[in-house]
Amino acid sequence: MRQFLGKRAFASAISLVGLVILVFFLSRLTGDPTDLYLPVDASLEAREQFRELHGFNDPLLVQFGRYVWDLLHLDFGESIREARPAIDVVLQGFGWTLSLAVVTMSIVTVAAVVIGSLAAFRVGGIFDRLATFFSLIGASAPDFWIAIVAIVIFAVNLHWLPTSGTGTVWHWILPVAVLFIRPFGLILQVVRGSMITALSSAYVKTAKAKGVRARPIIFVHALRNGLLPVITVIGDQAAAILNGAVVVETIFGFPGIGKLMIDSILQRDFAVVLAAIMISALAIFIMNLLIDMAYAVLDPRIRY
Amino acid sequence: MTDTATTTPRGKGPFGTFLKLLWADKFAFVAMLFLAVVIFCALFGPWLMGDAAGGLNLRGRNAPPFQFDLGWAMMLGADSLGRPLLPRVIIAAQNTMMVAAGAVLCSMIIGTCLGLVAGYSRGRLGQIIPRFADVIMSFPSLLLAVIVLYMLEPSVTNIIIVLAITRIPVYLRTARAEVLEIRERMFVQAATVMGASSTRIIFRHILPVILPTLITIATLDFAFVMLAESSLSFLGIGIQAPEITWGLMVSQGRAYLTNAWWLSFWPGLAIILTTLSLNLISNWLRIALDPAQRWRLEMGGRKNG
Amino acid sequence: MADHLLEVRNLSVEFHTAQGVVKAVEDVSWHLDRGETLAILGESGSGKSVSASAVMNLIDMPPGRIRQGKILLDGKDLLKMTDEERRRINGKRIAMVFQDPLAHLNPVYTVGWQIAEIMRVHGTPQADAHARALALLKRVGLPEPEAALNKYPHQFSGGQRQRLMIAMAVAMKPDILIADEPTTALDVTVQAEVLSLMQELQKETGMGILLITHDLGVVAEIADRVVVMNGGRVVETGQAAEVYTNPQHPYTKKLIGAAPGKGEMPVEGDRDGEPLLKVQSLQKSYGAFHALKGVTFTIMPGETVAVVGESGSGKSTLARALLRLEEPNGGKAIYRGRDLVTMAPKDLFKMRRDIQMVFQDPTQSLNPRMTVYQIIAEAWAIHPDILPKSQWRGRVSELLTKVGLHPEMAARYPHQFSGGQRQRIAIARALAMEPSLIICDEAVSALDVSIQAQVIQLLDGLRKEFDLSYLFIAHDLPVVRDFADRVIVMKAGRIVEEGPVRQVFDHPREEYTRALLAASLDPDPNVQAARRDARRNMETAVA
Repeated sequence: MRQFLGKRAFASAISLVGLVILVFFLSRLTGDPTDLYLPVDASLEAREQFRELHGFNDPLLVQFGRYVWDLLHLDFGESIREARPAIDVVLQGFGWTLSLAVVTMSIVTVAAVVIGSLAAFRVGGIFDRLATFFSLIGASAPDFWIAIVAIVIFAVNLHWLPTSGTGTVWHWILPVAVLFIRPFGLILQVVRGSMITALSSAYVKTAKAKGVRARPIIFVHALRNGLLPVITVIGDQAAAILNGAVVVETIFGFPGIGKLMIDSILQRDFAVVLAAIMISALAIFIMNLLIDMAYAVLDPRIRY
Repeated sequence: MTDTATTTPRGKGPFGTFLKLLWADKFAFVAMLFLAVVIFCALFGPWLMGDAAGGLNLRGRNAPPFQFDLGWAMMLGADSLGRPLLPRVIIAAQNTMMVAAGAVLCSMIIGTCLGLVAGYSRGRLGQIIPRFADVIMSFPSLLLAVIVLYMLEPSVTNIIIVLAITRIPVYLRTARAEVLEIRERMFVQAATVMGASSTRIIFRHILPVILPTLITIATLDFAFVMLAESSLSFLGIGIQAPEITWGLMVSQGRAYLTNAWWLSFWPGLAIILTTLSLNLISNWLRIALDPAQRWRLEMGGRKNG
Repeated sequence: MADHLLEVRNLSVEFHTAQGVVKAVEDVSWHLDRGETLAILGESGSGKSVSASAVMNLIDMPPGRIRQGKILLDGKDLLKMTDEERRRINGKRIAMVFQDPLAHLNPVYTVGWQIAEIMRVHGTPQADAHARALALLKRVGLPEPEAALNKYPHQFSGGQRQRLMIAMAVAMKPDILIADEPTTALDVTVQAEVLSLMQELQKETGMGILLITHDLGVVAEIADRVVVMNGGRVVETGQAAEVYTNPQHPYTKKLIGAAPGKGEMPVEGDRDGEPLLKVQSLQKSYGAFHALKGVTFTIMPGETVAVVGESGSGKSTLARALLRLEEPNGGKAIYRGRDLVTMAPKDLFKMRRDIQMVFQDPTQSLNPRMTVYQIIAEAWAIHPDILPKSQWRGRVSELLTKVGLHPEMAARYPHQFSGGQRQRIAIARALAMEPSLIICDEAVSALDVSIQAQVIQLLDGLRKEFDLSYLFIAHDLPVVRDFADRVIVMKAGRIVEEGPVRQVFDHPREEYTRALLAASLDPDPNVQAARRDARRNMETAVA
């Protein structure tokens, strides 16, 4: 187990280092932020002073060396835009995104697993057809379009829900609902497929021959086996949200990490971009570990 | 148990078989028809409708849909400059489809080749290539797009490149996983025993077996890439006006949501119908491309026909 | 009415498939009484398992449909009961043991939980169920029963898993135990143990056993009465010994005639001169596990050498090492004066023509996406010097005819053939290379007895026609008896006995060979009865 952890951490660390290097140099290539932050009529001295202050005058390699050195001291740099440590800005945004991901994926998982299992139990039945049809539509829907259509209907016309912000529980309903649709469609299809396989397996036949009731056959015998391929997909979808649900966050004015990343790149706030990438990479690493553990818990044949 | 030797009559030619299998699945048939229309629009739309789409018509500014007195072009309404929506949606199909097709094709070819090599080679390459996929996967793809498109201009080619890069791991991983499994299958060993070279085994034995899976995935991925391109355009970092795509049209209509919902609605509907069609066709392909499953469709066809 | 414990009357079951309605069983009747063992004997596709599935309510409807018939348990018709009533009978009054226990045990729950479950669903309290599960594991003779309760199915061997299935099935002391091919995948020695366990349990509880099998030997060992099925119909029924000695129906006669191990053993011919293949202390290990611990033998031109051993004996590794599908760790294999083990890739390529292989499972060894023509002609695509392209089509037809298939089948795909036909295609592919040695790795094990006999006959004919040599690997002694010139018995990576087939079968030198021969079941019930008596006498003598 420890060896497995070490291996995984090492592999992730390598790709993270690659990522940081790539982003550091690529983002600097997008240009100098000075013009964005100083007024158009700022004097040359003021510009020079700004550059000097943020170290943009040094050669790129020197800037990179300094960045790495600070990083080793757990200093992620300063956000130019908000004039406070980049890590604080990022953690704040990450908190919002994490809550969004946890809430959405919990609902998605429960809904998709229950509905998918029931659909698989009577393949070709009316319930199965409805579930398949809606999961297909869900998997096909462009989220930004659903989002603006939902705003027009529920916020603008019906006045049931607020259009954007994060104040109350009501503010969460539309973003979560929109984020819900695609993962739900995808996961439902995977659950259905793998439950069909599990329910037609030999051990389910044994359970029937033992006289086990239908509900435990679905939710005890088949589900634990059928969940194995599903977990991977749940992980992928959760990772997609953790990497920034940019579109939904932008439309609903939700201050998450995805919106933060895009805004920071547009504003050349490099320290924030890099910190955001590292935090979400760390989160995804931890989530992948949890998924591996879930595998080991569900399937005794897997040992790390 | 299923040892019954079936005698499938052949001789209708591959195209006839294809049509018969398609007809057996009515949903896939309708989806394929719709896609054919979309592809036709993509190929010939700008040539046929270029004039109609560009014409400003101040009288018809933000004209609502279904007002037939303004002519067929205004059927779906018009935008804030009075440009008719229907021809614009048709023309936008070209860029939308071109970006998706280009990205899917590039990523599929590159990803599959890398995956075949990674899966078949037992040496160092087999270890390094998957790591490469991991790096791409851990990169927030929208961020990559933003950075690249900021440095280069957001032209159709550049967007294809960006989207292709982000989708390479999908094919790479699938191809590799399948090769790892198929490499151990007995018919591959039988070929080895006959003295077949690695190239022959990869291209004659392994690739044909995994190709259906890859094509099925590519169909799904086409839908995914379309959505990704639309998202980019929607966020304002994709294709720029005066070029148009469906995603860009949705984005442009967003400002008029309250008084002219149709500006965003129709291009959005075009996206959802196209992706839905692709999903349906992908489901159909999964069965139709598998000789051991194809009978399901053949049977259904007989029953219906 | 309630004359019998379980009676199936005029049962007809059909399935809706791509090829239309298939009648799985038609007008099948049989009955089972307390304390007796009834065997349903049939080959694949005979419908032998269908009536048992109908008894257990395991037929999926649709696509299945029970068209007519009755299933009477103590005179009450199961088919008229509700699903809930039948669920209460399943596991409690009628229990079932399946083939392939690894697939039939749930991989993610402990065996203790799974055994306790059958008692819990029929109302036994949790604590009692647990205690009884432990007692059952002791009863079926599992080592360390306490620890075994908390283990998972994959942590047991094949024979142990079948014991677990049996423990689970008898947990509620059922009146009827249905066993569907319970010993098919097991080694012969393990098979004998499992069968005798079932007989002991039957003696203790007086349950009726319904045994479904394709194996005449199993019938001879355990059955009182037998029902022979073919093509979904009962063709013959009667006392097991009576049916064997005096079969009435032509199909039964054919089946009994096809049983291996009855024919004349080949006379040992003197074969002088250079051996074709000379293997010297061949070794292969995977890490610390030594699969081959130095194997030495020779094959003469035109000779058939059989390698027999149970699972884990290293016999398949031997085949793979000779073909360099696995790289051997040491030793030599001199083929026509050149060492296969150290051969350079370029020479290896030429050698591939000469030594071919026929694999165990023809479903897997034929590429599903290639036509039969492409499969066979690939030999010449790889080795263009064998045959110019203009002659490919003619030669494929010729080869297909040689192996007993129609030339026009060349355009079809493998999944359109039956198992026996696929193995013929695989043989044709091997022949296309014009080899001198063919290694058959369990080439007939997956086939039905009557098909097995045909394929062996085909191989034997081809040997004479093309002057081939065979290295024939099998787990089953009777199969090689009529066919091989010499037999090599392997155990745990070593050769324990080697000799001409007559000598090994009639005068085995080694204890292990004798045990193997004793455990392999004779299709004649009288022979098996005599062996059982002999065994019992020995046991009482020891005690």
